This record gives sequence, structure tokens and C-alpha cells, in this order.
Amino acid sequence: METTEVVMAGFGGQGMLLAGKILAQASLQQGREVSWLPSYGPEMRGGTANVIVCISSKPIGSPLVESPRALMVMNLPSLEKFAPKVRRGGVIVVNSSLIKRDPRRNDCVVIQVPARELAQQAGSDKASNFVMLGAYVGATGVVPAEAIEAAIEHEFCGDKARFVAANTAAFRAGLEQARKALQGSSS
Amino acid sequence: MKVLMKGNEALGEAAIRAGCVHFFGYPITPQTEVPEYLVKRLPQVGGVFVQAESEVAAINMVFGAAGVGVKCMTSSSSPGISLMAEGLSYIAACELPCVIVNIMRAGPGLGGILPSQSDYLQATRGHGHGDYQLIVLAPSTVQEAVDLMTLAFELAERYRNPVMLCADGMIGQMMEPVEFSGEGRGAPLAENDWALTGCRGRARRIVNSLYLTPELLHRHNVKLKDKYDLVAAKEQRWEVYNGEQAYDMLLVAFGTMARVCKTAIDELGQAGLRVALFRPITLNPFPLAACREAMDGASAGAPVLTVEMSMGQLVLDVKLAVAGSRSVELYGTAGGIVLSPDQVAERIRSLLGQRANPTICAQAQADGVPCPEVGRDCAICARVYAPHG
Repeated sequence: METTEVVMAGFGGQGMLLAGKILAQASLQQGREVSWLPSYGPEMRGGTANVIVCISSKPIGSPLVESPRALMVMNLPSLEKFAPKVRRGGVIVVNSSLIKRDPRRNDCVVIQVPARELAQQAGSDKASNFVMLGAYVGATGVVPAEAIEAAIEHEFCGDKARFVAANTAAFRAGLEQARKALQGSSS
Repeated sequence: MKVLMKGNEALGEAAIRAGCVHFFGYPITPQTEVPEYLVKRLPQVGGVFVQAESEVAAINMVFGAAGVGVKCMTSSSSPGISLMAEGLSYIAACELPCVIVNIMRAGPGLGGILPSQSDYLQATRGHGHGDYQLIVLAPSTVQEAVDLMTLAFELAERYRNPVMLCADGMIGQMMEPVEFSGEGRGAPLAENDWALTGCRGRARRIVNSLYLTPELLHRHNVKLKDKYDLVAAKEQRWEVYNGEQAYDMLLVAFGTMARVCKTAIDELGQAGLRVALFRPITLNPFPLAACREAMDGASAGAPVLTVEMSMGQLVLDVKLAVAGSRSVELYGTAGGIVLSPDQVAERIRSLLGQRANPTICAQAQADGVPCPEVGRDCAICARVYAPHG
């Protein structure tokens, strides 16, 4: 497999760093090289947070990527900041529950995901990040869905095991959303 | 088994595996996860964690702990390391083993909290007063940070000298897979004839750096110098990347910038440009001869390009290595800005100028559109073509 990168961005607290960690963990279990680089600049509460995850079959050179192959955005400021940087032919997953603007990238695969609604249906208001992760994995096939589900179980262990079911359901809802979106665009 | 860990946390775990169970420190971004991890872990392995009232106190606690013969360490970031200068000079003078981690941030002064390499000269040129040296190690991945932490404690003990591990905020904050060697808590310092362990039944030992007799102090300095020369002869470490075949140009970079350079080199390679990287792993002793040899492998007349997150520090050692044999260029950055592979690639192209091997980007060819500039690689094409906004 070639190298791929995804930028995951949103407000602090929307869970993009955690979604990135799950993706990195799943990729590691698949025998890939990974890096997870968070933004750690001075930020205020409610400010933006993002992470760059690189996945490759070779050792990762620069963990900092200017033009990623994929983007997952939870809010408008992140869309405005990162959407123009995605490579041609890349994938952009947009949280349509919060973002009403089109990314204006006709040269990319854009997947609109009503993340909050799907998360609520899956049983957790807080699982929007896993819906988004599901859509990204569904659109790119970067890792098998089972690897993500195993990583969710790995992350939410002990006291936190009660969150596994809703987070996994949210992830699956995202996968399904991406499948439907891709079918719709190809027909 | 590989586990996914933040650089700072991995450094903490690596210290325990190396047998260090005494930590003294004070929080500062971007290294606070080192003490945060150790304050949780050290009690589990019977260790000692002290949050000192300042970095000055922390380094003096390390001084005391090292003096009684326990493996010990501190960690900080640039401004905190500055505060430790006096203590480090005393520890080096007394020839005590310890490890100092510096997760460098942008300076000078309070500066900022983002990554930097601008403590290079501070680390490699002694940093405190007097003729002393630290052994300085610079990892470029989280795995290497772990491996060098093990080495740091070995070298500290072998040479009875403080060892500094210099990483930056990016390596400290990022997560990568790591594998630890050894299980649980590593071995303590070996039996020795210098630690202050109580003198019942044996002659007194003294840990002291005060020599009021000039001849004795001179002799002490000569002894230290002999040790540093021995370290320089035996402990140089480096990596040459992409240097197996002839290359058009050599880059010199360490730590985070070295891995950014590797990506730039790979991208240029796809466009037919051959560039190699020399990466010092020991910043002190700096591998001068190996660096010179790598330079000599580049095309005649091509400059050596030093890429660093500072305004011209590493480049001084590169100039010592090159010794006037070819020109040396600096691509420096400050303020916490990490150069991107594209920026490094652009600089290499512009320096090589006419020497560039004209290659049209494969992606542009496949799409039947002209590459915006002959000799550019796909990554740059992709960016140029991307409709902005």
C-alpha cells in the first residue's frame, strides 16, 4: 500500500484527536507504519484542534503534510482552512450537521455526513467523531472496518467499555453513509 | 509488540526500562507529558518522583541523586534547560552520570511553545560555565527516542558524564508505534568506587568541584578533556540516507528536520534528482569525518545544504566538517515553524538550478496537461492544480 494521510479537524472536544488515534491504532494492528501528529499550539477552550495521521507501508518521513489525500472536517473554520489544501482526487468528509457550505472541490470525492443525527440514532450524542471516521474508512478502504472496531474496543476498556456499543454503531452508520454516497455518485 | 505512544510518554517508559527510577523536574510545555507519565508510573515500580519548586532545584536534586549513585534524570524544555546551566556544569565537573531531556521549543526568551532546534549550540557547546561537555543525542522518531534513552543511560554510566537527549515539540507530542526492549524496571547503576553510599568500613569518598590549587584544577581539566576525546573517538553516531549511489547534492539535518528532508528526497527522487542526507545522531561528539565523507560523495561544485529549525547553529558544525572544500548553504526557520517537504524540495531545486534533470511530472502527463514548471514533482503539481477556495 502507498502512503496516505488524513487531516482530521474540528472544535476542541469534538473528538478528532481520538478518532485519529483509533485510526492510527487500527493501522498499526494491520502492520502499517503510522504517525499521529496533533496541533498543540496555544488554543482557547472551544478553539480548533486537528491531527494529521499518516499511514504507509514504509517508515513515515515527514509527519507534517501540507497537501493531504483526505480530510475530515467537523466545523466551518476547519473546512475553510483545510479544504483548499487537499490533493486532487482526494476525499473530503464533511459534517453536514454543522457545515452548510460546500467545500467547492469538484476534483475531490466529497461525502456529506449528518454526523450528529447519525450519532444520536446510534445511541450517543457524543459519537459524531466515530460516524465521521466510519465515512472516511468507508470511502477510502484504508483499513478494514473490523480493524477499527477492534481498535475501539482496545481504546474503551475497563470502566469505559460501556461506550463501545454506541461508538461502534456510530462508526458503522458512517460506513453505511459513505457506501450510499458513493453508490449515488457512481449511478 | 509495538504500541502506539506519544514521544514524551515513550521517553518516560524508556527511562524506567533503562533502570532510572528517580525523576526530578518541573512542568513546561511541550515536555510536560514526560513528568505526567512518570508521576503515574514511578510509584508502580518503587521509584521516586519529585516535582521541584523550579528547574534550578530540579537539576540540583539530580546532582544529589547522581552523587549517591542512583540512575536519575530530569526533563524540561528550552527556558527550563537554561535555568539548569549552573547545575549541569557542577554535575559534569563532579563526573556524575545522569540524563537530561530537552524537548526544544522556539526561543529566545520565553519564545513560544512550538517545535524548534535552536538549543543546538547551547547543548553542544557546554551550556554552563567552564570547560565541560555533554554527550548530546538527537532522535528523529519516537522509536529512536526510546532507543537513545537506553543509550543515554549507558553512556552516562560508562563515561560518568551527563547526557542530554535533544528532541523537539513535534517528537514529544506525536504518537508513533514503539517497541521497548527489556521488561519492567531496568538494572540500577553497577557497583562503583565513587558513589557516596556511606563510608563505614571503607575510605571516604568526596564529590566536589572546588579545586583552589591551580595545578590540581588544571590536571582535573586535562582528565576531563581526555575523557571527551575518548567519547569523540568511540561514540559518534550518524545515518546517511539515500547515499548508496552517486548524488547531486547532500543535505545535513537532524531530528524532526531530518525526516522532513527524507520525504523531500523521496519526492525529488521520483523526478530524477538524486539527493542524500547526512543525519548526525550524536550532536556532540559531532561526526565530523563521516559528514565530510558524505559531502565528498556529492557532485563536484554542488553546495551542502543545512536544514535546521534555527537561524544558523548546526550549520557551524557543517562548516567545520566541510573545511572550505565546497560552499555551505543554510535553510533555517524559527518561531516554531516546521519546514514542509515541499519547501525543502523547492530550495534544493533552486540551488541545483540548471543541474536539475528535466522530468515532467507523471501525473501531469497522465492528465494530458503541462506540468507548470519542468522538473517539478507530483506533490507540487497537485498543489498548484488544486483549485483554491
